[in-house]
Amino acid sequence: MAQSGSAGLLPGQKSMTLGEMALAVVAAMSAVLWVIITANAWTPEYAFHAGLFAIASVATVFLVLNRYHDRPAELPAQTKDGKPNYNFEPIKFATIASVFWGIAGFLVGLIIALQLAYPELNFGLPWTSFGRLRPLHTSAVIFAFGGNVLLATSFYVVQRTCQARLAGDLAPWFVVLGYNFFIVIAGTGYLLGITQGKEYAEPEWYTDLWLTIVWVTYFIVFLGTIIKRKEPHIYVANWFYLAFILTIAVLHLGNNTTIPVSIFSSKSYIVWAGVQDAMIQWWYGHNAVGFFLTAGFLAIMYYFIPKRAERPVYSYRLSIIHFWALIFMYIWAGPHHLHYTALPDWAQTLGMTFSIMLWMPSWGGMINGLMTLSSAWDKLRTDPVLRMLVVSVAFYGMSTFEGPLMSVKAVNSLSHYTDWTIGHVHSGALGWVGYVSFGAIYCLVPWLWNKPKLYSLRLVNWHFWVSTLGIVCYISAMWVAGIMQGLMWRAYTALGFLEYSFLETVEAMHPFYIIRAFGGGLFLAGALIMAWNLYKTIVTPAAEIEAGVTPALVPAE
Amino acid sequence: MSVTSNDPKHVDAATGTSTTGHEWDGIRELNTPLPKWWLYIFYATIVWALGYWVVYPAIPLVSSFTKGAINYSSRGEVIADVDALKAARAPMVNALAKASFDDIQKDPKLLTFARAQGKAAFGDNCAPCHGTGGGGSKAFPNLVDDDWLWGKGTLDDIQATITHGIRSTDPDTRQGNMPAFGDGVLKATEISWVADYVRSLSNLSVDAGADLKAGQKVFAENCAACHGDNAKGNQELGAPNLTDQIWLYGSDKVTIVEGIAKGRGALMPNWGDRLDAGTIKALAVYVRTLGGGR
Repeated sequence: MAQSGSAGLLPGQKSMTLGEMALAVVAAMSAVLWVIITANAWTPEYAFHAGLFAIASVATVFLVLNRYHDRPAELPAQTKDGKPNYNFEPIKFATIASVFWGIAGFLVGLIIALQLAYPELNFGLPWTSFGRLRPLHTSAVIFAFGGNVLLATSFYVVQRTCQARLAGDLAPWFVVLGYNFFIVIAGTGYLLGITQGKEYAEPEWYTDLWLTIVWVTYFIVFLGTIIKRKEPHIYVANWFYLAFILTIAVLHLGNNTTIPVSIFSSKSYIVWAGVQDAMIQWWYGHNAVGFFLTAGFLAIMYYFIPKRAERPVYSYRLSIIHFWALIFMYIWAGPHHLHYTALPDWAQTLGMTFSIMLWMPSWGGMINGLMTLSSAWDKLRTDPVLRMLVVSVAFYGMSTFEGPLMSVKAVNSLSHYTDWTIGHVHSGALGWVGYVSFGAIYCLVPWLWNKPKLYSLRLVNWHFWVSTLGIVCYISAMWVAGIMQGLMWRAYTALGFLEYSFLETVEAMHPFYIIRAFGGGLFLAGALIMAWNLYKTIVTPAAEIEAGVTPALVPAE
Repeated sequence: MSVTSNDPKHVDAATGTSTTGHEWDGIRELNTPLPKWWLYIFYATIVWALGYWVVYPAIPLVSSFTKGAINYSSRGEVIADVDALKAARAPMVNALAKASFDDIQKDPKLLTFARAQGKAAFGDNCAPCHGTGGGGSKAFPNLVDDDWLWGKGTLDDIQATITHGIRSTDPDTRQGNMPAFGDGVLKATEISWVADYVRSLSNLSVDAGADLKAGQKVFAENCAACHGDNAKGNQELGAPNLTDQIWLYGSDKVTIVEGIAKGRGALMPNWGDRLDAGTIKALAVYVRTLGGGR
């Protein structure tokens, strides 16, 4: 370190980049700050988090210096042998992280499903109670699993479709590692009871600030790569990724505008109050679905389906029209989460009507996904990965029809607060987000680790059928349970009294909760099959995979 | 590695459709026009939304918003619904409010209505502790049997219990406490003796070597004041009958010892503060039909 510093001016000698220097210095300062906070924190939970920040800061200094010490003098070239010198290492990390967090998130989901059927499983402990595990589940599957899938695929797709190496040297690593550190802080926070009580936005102010730094870096890396592109035009997948990254940043800042009690306290107060807070929350909450789980994953669809099917995208024009319509309409739809509340009627009306108008823009993505398969449908018989991708689009179409339907006030008065909502969310989450992610990961792993194909397509087939059965059990149980629950709540006797007490409706849900947990268990089992298959794909030498432990793909004619 | 191609005349062989000519990492895009059905449904939803905005509240103004052609409000809708329900129930509700328990018993229509209202009120207010069927749970009495802790299970007794509660903040609440005998009053061995004795009253097995005589003596000196010399309890004080094999907390020795050592005193709220008199009357009628009231 000292040697190279003194010799930094000599030609051919390596010197620290501005980024390396800045990151090491800032991380060192951050370490000092967090040590002070750890020592003065008002609660042991916050001291624990501050300690993790301090350790992560020190580790950052070490990693940056160590990487500098080990690297050659020249930074990696932009091109190699006339081809773009793609940066795949951070993508590999995010891919593995997505599988890890996915399984963790599905497992917690199974536990809370069982807790609803058998409340004794709360164990009477705060850390294992449903109230803390439920946000752990939602955040683990959306932000940890989904977020890492989005990081991995966006960094892959943007490089390939721009024919350019990822912008920045340390920045992509900072994004991937920083994002996963955010997940650790958020997740442990839920278990320790640190929450601001906002759906999908539970982490407190310091976690939010950290995510903001990571997210802005993500935006810069992504945009920087697009700016470097060798293609004249920006591919449609990248529009969707960009809309997702940009809008999530705006939503995150808007919904987490809080005033901390003290730098030594994890507690903060939201600046919004009353119904305005509720409106901001569901503007955020609905567009987390719209831009994180829809726009981001449509981007995945737009690259991986045509790539895997080896077919052109069905309609360029449709992709433009539905993209702009989707991002314009989605942002208005949030109030449909607050029908029949203190929210003014005009806002409820706009939320509902924009949700209806959103139906076709959403379906534009489904049409483009499904019709891309035209004249290649036979591949579905032989390629379970493509089948997974296509079924994800079918689930996408189903839940984007169900969503507008449920936003209609008359329907919502029956469905709201029931498990129909949970069923709707999971047909989107398991069927659409889950399957399109699995499909993309199955494509990515052989590409990233230079393997000719997956270790076993038969295992993919097993994954597909086991988890499809799981999804069907899950969502049909929740449809029946939710509609039954809604009907029981509103049932009146001839004499004008409610026919069922709330407790009777809870008792009636019990068998469906068991079926739902069974479905969730199958979905988890499918993911474990995937993890094994991916592990074997990574560790088995390419030649052995080529020789084949499983029958080779029958080429499509 | 795909070389960037930009061939505006490129045609996809499988479909015969031209592409945009661009290619990204091997991916092309067809020049397929928008599906007609898609476009027309999209237009239809927009037209429908515009119509909806005219009919319903939709556009925010400076300090108000457009009320729509039919002057709809969701608050107004709820108020109308509740008013309609109140109007439909009114004749029977009014009759019930005026009727005495005797009147209710004599009028089958009124009795049916009171039971229906009571059942609904029970589900919303009482079921969380006493169970949906009134079966009770630990510390919360079973209302289905004909064993009454407080009063004799008459309609008036039940009404008084619901109105004023048990050990509540109401000045007329039912009051009576099982003291914590473990706080310096009785020694652990004495508590053990008397627990064995209490179990023996219900013909439950007792520990080998249990001193029932000693237990009886402790009982007479400490417990009989409330539970009675014969241990048949006292419904004025809520002191349970200890000879009937009905247990509020449990019959095992550990539970009994815990009750004697630490005392007992479960609460029931004074519902008179929350429910109107007619509803409480209906609840009393309903609860009495559950068990063998007298």
